[in-house]
Amino acid sequence: MNKLIRFLPLILVVALGVVLYRGLSLNPTELPSAMIGKAFPEFSLYGVYDAKTLKTQRDLKPGIKLVNVWGTWCPSCRVEHDFLLELSKSNRFSIYGLNYDDERNLAQKWLTTLGNPYHFSLFDEEGKLSVNLGVYAAPETFVVDHNNVIRKRFAGPLSANVWRQEFEPLLAQIEQEQQAGK
Amino acid sequence: MFIRFLSIFTLGLLFVFAQPVYASPVDTYEFKDEVTKIRFNALTKELRCPKCQNQNLADSNSPIAADLRREVYDLLNQGKADIEIVDFMVARYGDFVLYRPRVSSLTYILWFGPAFLLLIGVIVVVMVLRKKPQEKTNETLTQEQQSQLDNILKDKE
Repeated sequence: MNKLIRFLPLILVVALGVVLYRGLSLNPTELPSAMIGKAFPEFSLYGVYDAKTLKTQRDLKPGIKLVNVWGTWCPSCRVEHDFLLELSKSNRFSIYGLNYDDERNLAQKWLTTLGNPYHFSLFDEEGKLSVNLGVYAAPETFVVDHNNVIRKRFAGPLSANVWRQEFEPLLAQIEQEQQAGK
Repeated sequence: MFIRFLSIFTLGLLFVFAQPVYASPVDTYEFKDEVTKIRFNALTKELRCPKCQNQNLADSNSPIAADLRREVYDLLNQGKADIEIVDFMVARYGDFVLYRPRVSSLTYILWFGPAFLLLIGVIVVVMVLRKKPQEKTNETLTQEQQSQLDNILKDKE
């Protein structure tokens, strides 16, 4: 017993060391979103192309939606753009853009020259909707299910790999729920 | 000699009066009163910028920090209480935005861990100090030992 007590400090230090060492390899920028499981926030914003009519959630199609936060100032958005174009061919979901902290003419030029994967892009100059969504930076992609609930937030550029690992299983799950009529 | 002293003295003065330079963003918000301004400054210092994680909202130049500062400003103007503004941020960005974490079952170890460790330390110290010194047997020398000692001392002389 007495001997064990003598070794107690050593054991504690080693245990603490293990815990702290593990902490070093965690990625501090991977934060859980506080919005998962909450309803997609209400909005009323103009589009990138259409600066006259306000768009609201009633303009979103029923079914599964991807909401992609982008900006022309964001290099990673350029990286994922081609993959978004590819995704836009799918009819399992509809893709909407949320243009964040950008300039309208630059955004329009971007979509015209690179191609437009979005049904429409909201023009969130002041970051109102982005803040409500808990957006940190671009690019970010949200999965919104048929009940208008946010199911996933992914920060970083999309790619085929990411899609297969992170999005496919969730989409399959939502589609199952949809069929079950939940 | 004197010139040398003077130059060192001036150099010293430079250090005394030097101000650290902060590259803080400059917003031009106008506040309706001094209290609101103080509350704004306090809130933007308490809230962490989600993008540049080791800066608060007041310090950060990132677009999201600017948007959040504007959000804080708007909420203040809407007459929201500090706690409501903090709740607004936590609802969107999670507990992470708080530089002072809330007391919850997740953060007990943060809040009470140090006090707990200190308590353990105190207990250990008290235990060590109160440990009874080992019974000192034969504190006085027996007659025989005394005479032996006397002999030894005598030899020395």
